Amino acid sequence: MSEELEKLFKDMAQSIIDGDSDLSVELAQKSIEMNVPPLDAITKGFVVGVNYIGDQFGAGEAFLPELVMAGEAMKAAVATLEPELLKLGEARETMGKVVLATVEGDIHEIGKTLVGTMLSASGFEVTDLGVDQPAEKIIGKALDWNADIIGLSALLTTTMVRQRELIEELDKENLRPRIKVMVGGAPITRDWATKIKADGTSEDAVGAVALAKQLVGKA
Amino acid sequence: MSHKNIKTISNPKLKLEVLTTEEVQRIHEATLHIIEHVGVSFPSKRALEIWEAHGADVNHEKKIVRAKPQLIEDALKTCPPKYVLAARDPQQDLPLDGNHVCLGTDGCGVEVIDIHTKEKRTSCLQDVRDIARVADATSEVAFHWVPVSAQDTSVEARGLHELKAVWENSTKHVQTESIYNIHEARAAMEMAEILAGGKDKLRERPVLSLMQCTAPPLGHDGGSLDAALIAAEAGIPTGFMTMSACMTTGPATMAGTLTVGNAEVIAATALLQLAYPGAPVFYAAAQTASDPRTGVYTGGGPEDFLFGAATNVLADFYNIPLSMGSFATGAKEPNWQAGLEGSLSTFMASVVMSDMLLGCGFLHGSRIWSYAEMMMDCEIFSIIEKMMHGIVVDEETLALDAIAAVGPGGHYLAQKHTRNHMRELFMPQFLDRRPYSKWEETGEDARDWALNKARKILKEHQPDPLDEKISKEFERIIKSVEK
Repeated sequence: MSEELEKLFKDMAQSIIDGDSDLSVELAQKSIEMNVPPLDAITKGFVVGVNYIGDQFGAGEAFLPELVMAGEAMKAAVATLEPELLKLGEARETMGKVVLATVEGDIHEIGKTLVGTMLSASGFEVTDLGVDQPAEKIIGKALDWNADIIGLSALLTTTMVRQRELIEELDKENLRPRIKVMVGGAPITRDWATKIKADGTSEDAVGAVALAKQLVGKA
Repeated sequence: MSHKNIKTISNPKLKLEVLTTEEVQRIHEATLHIIEHVGVSFPSKRALEIWEAHGADVNHEKKIVRAKPQLIEDALKTCPPKYVLAARDPQQDLPLDGNHVCLGTDGCGVEVIDIHTKEKRTSCLQDVRDIARVADATSEVAFHWVPVSAQDTSVEARGLHELKAVWENSTKHVQTESIYNIHEARAAMEMAEILAGGKDKLRERPVLSLMQCTAPPLGHDGGSLDAALIAAEAGIPTGFMTMSACMTTGPATMAGTLTVGNAEVIAATALLQLAYPGAPVFYAAAQTASDPRTGVYTGGGPEDFLFGAATNVLADFYNIPLSMGSFATGAKEPNWQAGLEGSLSTFMASVVMSDMLLGCGFLHGSRIWSYAEMMMDCEIFSIIEKMMHGIVVDEETLALDAIAAVGPGGHYLAQKHTRNHMRELFMPQFLDRRPYSKWEETGEDARDWALNKARKILKEHQPDPLDEKISKEFERIIKSVEK
């Protein structure tokens, strides 16, 4: 590897560690100009930074905002490289596809958004449908996109029943275990997840990533 | 005002300055700046129409309202500074007049440590009844929140089942935080009217008050707004609670989080005043700091304690009563952390005379109800109530005669002065002052005593029953919503 290339990869990793989206995009563009294979830019450059910050977070050294900013810088860099990947007919190997949504009648989303960011940063492809989403729309998206996992958020005891309804709908259509369902939100307990036959739940975003990995058999 | 079986903090001697006048003014100006330039989301057709009719800048597509400072300040001028939270038993009415701190239970829990089996399980309607009955017997609890969610009742009328359950098991005031749509709000008003004896009577003696959570940052839930407007129209005290959390739903800085939460509360309060000038409103808050490592809700810690003191300064600035989150803890069982967080949060909110305090009884970030925790929280409140009276210095308390009578050496145990004043000393129920050997023999501690007390109350206490006819009417209303 040339010294210049080595420096580029190092800078890429550092831009992620620093959570600097402007710089990570700039470096992604530079790599395109330098004819660096986009997959190399991702795996040898940016991912190194993601892994580093992930390890730091796991060790209790990094704080959540650092992880979120690293995730966003990574997302921005990958988005810049994606057209190049498409041109080459290459695809980044991902952990799996996840559709996220807050159930119908509920507008709370910070936890779900956080889970989305963490999943993206951990190599999942994520479609976040947002809040107040009816079951048919969530299932429709999961089918269209061939998703592995549906992640359902609810903050109210009156809306968490929608999680059960969606799972029942999936069962009725024989879509499980092809599509796995993970549920979350402040009132969601393990008992509830078991009762509604969800594939799992987690009390925080870090646990949600571990659960998703487990559900796609990549733990 | 004397209260039947209710202990409130009043005529305090302790004082604390957490924010200077200049600092409050800066927070206020920053708040107005946010409402004017950033805007607040009001996803309710009715709310947006009200704002528009009063000349605010309304973005219907994004449902964001931007309002000039003058509009907000003028609207807030019509807030009544004092009013009464009425109770089913008028002797238990609570004056929100700046000179009373009233404790309520916490609310919206999803699990309960069963009073008999001590096992954790999903909350149900019977829990709402039982907790209300225990709270009714406890002098520290002045009013109710709906403590836990009645998860075995219909989703459509859950909030109404809960209200009925509390009213049937206690004569104290009820504040609900779990009614957040038009249908349930209308039905709740109908229930309150029946209990008060008519629409006008309800206005005079609001036996119900309504609390809605904001949707931070800078947002509201449409159903909550509609429900609040219905309550304000009926003359029911209505408040908006910010639970803005440093680093996630609020800026990492405490001043920033205080301000962003203030914008949420003040904008919604102004909306109610624009719609119904003079409607009784209150400020509600339970700000916290997210855990820096994981971002999770903490419900406790030094930031909480400071927010607890600072928010009443803001509510005083706007001259409206405050309902302040206290006793919040992340502890998983009644332990060191629960005692620490309960004590400091409640002390800080009390020393500035927050009108309403929420809420005793919860563990794990307001998710798990524990009767032992409830009883021990009540004791903490009693200790703080005692502390708030400070030290009285006068001829009688200086005790010069008794001091002269005892002289150097001797003791005060046999003095008349002692007998006259000994009952002013705090008599704990759950603080362990036994000999070490006694503790060693029994192995029991405060948690066991507290649980036993709750069990005894539940077994023995019979609150004044609600008129059966009224119960039947409630049932009819609930059925009509469930249809």
